[in-house]
Amino acid sequence: MDHKVVGKSTQRLDAVAKVTGRAQYTDDFFERDMLVGKVLRSPHAHAKVLRIDATKAKALPGVVAVITPADLPTIKFATAGHPWSLDPGHRDVEDRLILTDKARFVGDAIAAVVAEDLLTAEKALHLIEVEYEVLPHVLTAEDAMAEGAPVLHENRPGNIVSSFGVSFGDVEKDFEAADRIIEGDYETSIVQHCHIESMSAFAFVDSDGRVVVNSSTQIPHIVRRIVAQALGLSWGRVKVIKPFIGGGFGNKQDVVVEPLTAAMSLAAGGRPVRYCMTREEVFIDTRTRHGMKLHLKTAVSNEGVLQGIHMQVLSNTGAYASHGHSIAMSAGGKFRPLYNFRSIKYEPKTVYTNLPVAGAMRGYGTPQIFFALESHLDDIAREMNLDPVALRQKNLITVGHMDPLSKNVVRSFGVPQCLEKGLELIRWDEKRKAHKGQTGPRRRGLGMAAFAYASGTHPVALELAGARIVMNQDGSVTLQVGATEIGQGSDTVFGQITAETLGLPADMVHVVTTQDTDITPFDSGAYASRQTFVTGIAVRKAALEVREKVLAVAARRSGLSPAEMDIRDRQIVETSLGRVICSLADVAMDSYYDRILAAPITSDTSANVRINAMSYGATFVEVEVDLETGRVEVLELWNIHDSGTIINPKLAEGQVHGGVSMSLGAALLEQMLFDPVTGKPLNPNLLDYKLPTILDTPTINAAFVETFDAAGTFGSKSLGECPVISPAPAVRNAVLDATGVAFHKIPLYPQVVFEKFREVGLIPDRQAERSVQHV
Amino acid sequence: MADQIMLSLKVNGQSHSLQVHPFARLLDVLREDLRFTGTKEGCGEGECGVCSILLNGRLVNSCLVPAVQAQGGEIVTVEGLADGQRLSSLQDAFLTQNGAQCGFCTPGMLLAATDLLQRNPHPDEAAVREGLAGNLCRCTGYVKIVDAVQTAAREAR
Ligand code: FES
Ligand code: FES
Repeated sequence: MDHKVVGKSTQRLDAVAKVTGRAQYTDDFFERDMLVGKVLRSPHAHAKVLRIDATKAKALPGVVAVITPADLPTIKFATAGHPWSLDPGHRDVEDRLILTDKARFVGDAIAAVVAEDLLTAEKALHLIEVEYEVLPHVLTAEDAMAEGAPVLHENRPGNIVSSFGVSFGDVEKDFEAADRIIEGDYETSIVQHCHIESMSAFAFVDSDGRVVVNSSTQIPHIVRRIVAQALGLSWGRVKVIKPFIGGGFGNKQDVVVEPLTAAMSLAAGGRPVRYCMTREEVFIDTRTRHGMKLHLKTAVSNEGVLQGIHMQVLSNTGAYASHGHSIAMSAGGKFRPLYNFRSIKYEPKTVYTNLPVAGAMRGYGTPQIFFALESHLDDIAREMNLDPVALRQKNLITVGHMDPLSKNVVRSFGVPQCLEKGLELIRWDEKRKAHKGQTGPRRRGLGMAAFAYASGTHPVALELAGARIVMNQDGSVTLQVGATEIGQGSDTVFGQITAETLGLPADMVHVVTTQDTDITPFDSGAYASRQTFVTGIAVRKAALEVREKVLAVAARRSGLSPAEMDIRDRQIVETSLGRVICSLADVAMDSYYDRILAAPITSDTSANVRINAMSYGATFVEVEVDLETGRVEVLELWNIHDSGTIINPKLAEGQVHGGVSMSLGAALLEQMLFDPVTGKPLNPNLLDYKLPTILDTPTINAAFVETFDAAGTFGSKSLGECPVISPAPAVRNAVLDATGVAFHKIPLYPQVVFEKFREVGLIPDRQAERSVQHV
Repeated sequence: MADQIMLSLKVNGQSHSLQVHPFARLLDVLREDLRFTGTKEGCGEGECGVCSILLNGRLVNSCLVPAVQAQGGEIVTVEGLADGQRLSSLQDAFLTQNGAQCGFCTPGMLLAATDLLQRNPHPDEAAVREGLAGNLCRCTGYVKIVDAVQTAAREAR
């Protein structure tokens, strides 16, 4: 299709604001007489709070309020950024209080101080006396499920949040009849989002008595509901504003600081209070990515046909459920429509432990599942002497595949082309040959991995999006959406969809980038890679409505019927002749000022999207492994994506680069470490937590296979989370190719790699040799 | 308050004199007292580089600099990079190359890159990476940031 704006790399709408320092983030707003909030955190991984004495803290000059659990409502609430469910059986686990009288991890919030300035607030924290009864704690899912383990939440005696799973076909029968059964264990570590902007909010009570919360969030409408629920307010009494946000990656798809910040303001008589977390607090008391342990068992025929798979997953969710079991369940849905298994048994368990809370993070469980599955496929290929790419190619589903459980139908499927393209781009065959018979201390290898992902959450959850367009007097339009720009470029994409539909250049669509729940259309926000797909449908619908109204006014002027006209490059034209009738601005002026017929052209609509489109792709990578240091270096990497029509190539590439780097971080460097005895976090800062710097990050290459999916606007599908899925297993598989050593846990940190090489005898154990000589 | 001290400094060419707490960080003086909020805070501990500014021509993490140390000093923040409405070549390259996603690291990156190009107007890729090694970004995988700096350097040729 011939598009004017869609498919072009138009400049980000917020680029100028961002390069000049004018973009305003939550902390860049200052209210008069703003106070600061600070939080007192538990030093114990598991402890009952027996007594809190805040007398001294309250007496400190400059302290405005001290809040303890006793001062707050005792309504348990859920924090996950999901649409509310009318069905109580489908609601998120309500296990949170704003402040807790039972600490469940080191850093759990016990009390809070509101003071005139930060120094006073910090001093006051030290003056609060807390008496704890320390309880035994558990840090691993296995320990948490063991007999006699301490119980974190009374209503979950075995510490299991849920063990609901799914299956189809008869996996036992497939195992019985199988030529080969291959099993493997895989493990991923706990990592953190590390958005560079902290978690931050400020709140005050306005002159109408409403609680106003300005927050760095991906989900303003959901924040509004949850703040109201947590504080026992009616929902309309809360107003949430979302300005520019400095990255979220799922951490801000959770309600973390907002209820507490609102409570701080209420405790201070409605005065504005800012609560901005330190980096350490972001690591400890926001959300993390679930560390998972996965056991995979697969039935394969001698020809390499995958038949049945049994996947057992242990997901460590930390001290509170947050998104709870949804993460394991969602990931269990996404891996299915890729390979043609005739039976699948998926058995996840989500388990409470005394660790920081795991929640949503880019990919939502899918990176963990695909790390296991794609590593497992290479292990199968190796064991059966099959080519790993051919094994995948042989087992792919085809267009028309219907998932037996979700009933989603795959309408576009670009994986075969992604694989072809990847092989070619990385020069697979040529490099394979070159790598043959390597000896020396540095060995090169090739690896790949594929993935599947969805566009939004249908049919699991509601997918509602809102869009509002107003045509201005000059024929430009102003677009408002409830979906949130969090750096991914969604505003720009919505602007392009509107411009394309209305025959406008991109710069004549003004997109309101701030969400304010009082005036912003309802939308659940940025997650599940839903916005271009779901909100895009609402935006297109709103733009088509405006188009219709424009042509109705033009029909009045020209005497032609709307069907005979089109809008092209700011002009109304008679379609058959290409003759210009009038300008769009003429129509706009009529709509505002015609003495008889004036009625401004607007649309205010929503879309309840009850369809999903699967997105796909693959990573191809070449690594060099230094046997003597255990260092894995990525030499060349390609991520090839089938995300349908690409609406803005440059922005899309940016999404791929960021997602890939995040996956490489998880593959090679990143992990949150805890003292195994006390449960204290050991590296909650950006120095000891190895967030990839520019020197750790290789050049990342993005490529696209553009399929057309009839469900999406202009054929588009999701992209945002996709790139974070397949790089980690591809790197792991490349290390296997280079060294013959199969790793089962990430990150492949040099020390771990080195020790493993020594263990398997790939490098001599110098220490052992030395001690032998001494004997 | 009695324990405040008088601080004089020049920010983006403009002189300012103000009373500050003796322990105040330069970052807070810039952001809270003078409202140059383009400079961001990501860690407060010298790890992320988003608070980078130029102090007397040197790139520093303003979260680690006591404000008193800037007494009489000249500071450049992101707000001072453009010449009126005219963006600097680096700002312009960040626009065209999509160097900013969430934009939170961008001010610090721009300052670090400005410093780099002042010292080395035509850096190769390795030099660009070396020059930006103290600035973290979680959104871009650094790819388009490198592109942008190289584009700006090319255009200056
Ligand atoms: S805020 Fe100064 S280095 Fe991070
Ligand atoms: S653009 Fe978001 S941290 Fe760099």
